[in-house]
Amino acid sequence: MPLSRSPEARRRGSPWTGLGAVVAKETADNLSGVRMLVIEALVFLIALVVAWLSTNTIRETIGQSPFLFLRLLTIAPDPIPFSFIFMIGLVTPVIAIALGFDAINAEFNQRTLSRILAQPIYRDALLLGKFLARLLAFTIALVSLWLLVLGQGFLRLGLPPSFEELIRMLGFLLATIAYGGVWIALAVLFSVLFRAPATAALAALGLWLLFAFFWTIMVTPLLSTIIAGPSQGLLGPNLAYLQTAQIVERISPNTLYADAAQALLYPDTRALGPVFVSQLRGALLGAPLPVSQSFILIWPQLTGLIAATIVIFAIAYVVFQRQEIRA
Amino acid sequence: MAGEVVIRAQGLSKRYGDAVAVDHIDLEVAAGEIVGILGPNGSGKTTTILMLLGLTEPTGGRAEVAGFDPLREPLEVKRRVGYLPDQIGFYDGLSARDNLAYTGRLAGLPRAEIDARFAAALERVGLSHVGRARVGTFSQGMRQRLGLAEVLMKRPSVAILDEPTTALDPHSTQEFLEMIRGLKADGTAVLLSSHHLDQVQSVCDRVALFNRGRVALSGSVTDLAGRVLGGGHVIDVEARGPAIADRLAAIPGVVRVQRLGGDRYRVDCQRDMRAEIARQLAPTVELVGIHFAAPSLNEVYNRYFEEQRDAAE
Repeated sequence: MPLSRSPEARRRGSPWTGLGAVVAKETADNLSGVRMLVIEALVFLIALVVAWLSTNTIRETIGQSPFLFLRLLTIAPDPIPFSFIFMIGLVTPVIAIALGFDAINAEFNQRTLSRILAQPIYRDALLLGKFLARLLAFTIALVSLWLLVLGQGFLRLGLPPSFEELIRMLGFLLATIAYGGVWIALAVLFSVLFRAPATAALAALGLWLLFAFFWTIMVTPLLSTIIAGPSQGLLGPNLAYLQTAQIVERISPNTLYADAAQALLYPDTRALGPVFVSQLRGALLGAPLPVSQSFILIWPQLTGLIAATIVIFAIAYVVFQRQEIRA
Repeated sequence: MAGEVVIRAQGLSKRYGDAVAVDHIDLEVAAGEIVGILGPNGSGKTTTILMLLGLTEPTGGRAEVAGFDPLREPLEVKRRVGYLPDQIGFYDGLSARDNLAYTGRLAGLPRAEIDARFAAALERVGLSHVGRARVGTFSQGMRQRLGLAEVLMKRPSVAILDEPTTALDPHSTQEFLEMIRGLKADGTAVLLSSHHLDQVQSVCDRVALFNRGRVALSGSVTDLAGRVLGGGHVIDVEARGPAIADRLAAIPGVVRVQRLGGDRYRVDCQRDMRAEIARQLAPTVELVGIHFAAPSLNEVYNRYFEEQRDAAE
């Protein structure tokens, strides 16, 4: 009696049955676990140190910019050589990987998977529930950090942020959540691919190292030269090289996130790529871009991050669906 | 069979590329019946269980569990089936209650119902005193009991137990087997996979012997003994005298004679031949005793696979 893939052969019942129970349990686990305590301590430390030092620097140069709260996030305060957004860009993948690297393989290793999947629940709900719970835990950590910095800035500067600053900071928060989503999806994918959590964590951290430190300085020039030729032409920079380099760079979620943060937190950013002199005709250089224009500028980056999350999650979903559940 | 058929597999098959894991098996289990599935490792038992649960897709055939197709309606099947996997795992950091409350929520039970069922199930498996303790502190035997409590909480029509007594001490094993009998008394159909043949024989109404992905034999232990041991009636004879084994073997209807040691012989017969044996031995032999011996599943199992091995050679 051969089985067919006719419509009658399709499974019945919502794929999201049990999703709420999975999200609730996983979120509770993530929020109460030791791992989350470490992450929260890290978040608290970053917020405290960076905001304190940044406000000190800003108070000395208060007249230099109308966007004081944005400067809180973007200046590199003495003696720290990097800004708050740089630090967030660096630790977001680490937090996301810490949350997601054992999402599925731990279930295999604890031999809980077959017991859980013997309940009226599809794998779809289990995988999505685990991803959403981790995204929620990450968002809670991030919002806490954001509020700590904002509150400290408010107290130490004695001023509330302007409406435009608030919108830009909310946009930055959204972009960071999307960026974290990519890394959580990657960590979950590796947790599906590798049975050993340590292997999954190492693979994810390796990818993070590649994108954070080697992509721009090694991979991008190499690939761009292979595809578009040398960076310098006879009459100056090779435009094809620059455009290729930009495309290659934007394969990295770190670049997409850095672009989004740049456009949102530096209001005078007018473009995210090569700009020709002809395009600057009539522009008021140094004047801030309206917030709506900044959002239009980062729209491709933001949707790119969300799309990357969906694609990576879909790969994890397909791999997980095809796995034999015997543990 | 005790009642309505709740597990039915017809021509159920599973292939992994060219490898055949399960090859056109037919199986039926009725409500209130305990059926043991036996066979060497890799004979297709667990794959069959996973297909019946809807955890893996069959590549051929059809199954129906509690009135639903595990392929098309796995959620309905899983609502009605309690599954105790081999080497059950729990979240060690959570309490017994939290572990079972989670699966209760996944099963769609309301909170009050979860609490009531949890208390009753824990009472039944003798773990009431550790309901709030972390499962990480539990012994393997306690975990197995907790797994059974999870099955009981579901109040299932079908319970599938995969090697449930592995790692249990003899006393716990007996208690566990008693709990399995309790499931039968509740009207639950039980599919029990085990390598402990004596345990299977002690609780199962029928057994299905798996070999290379097929159900090679199925029926009651007496049926199987009849087919494999050649008789079906096993008689133990205790007698003193010359050439007893030869004389027993010469009696028409006797299939096999085995000396058990001393003056004891085991005789496989095609029918109840106690009177005939006594008559044939009487003139020259001192007959000490003659009685039926229960056929041993262990013997059936070993003989069947010996014959398979001999046939292959």
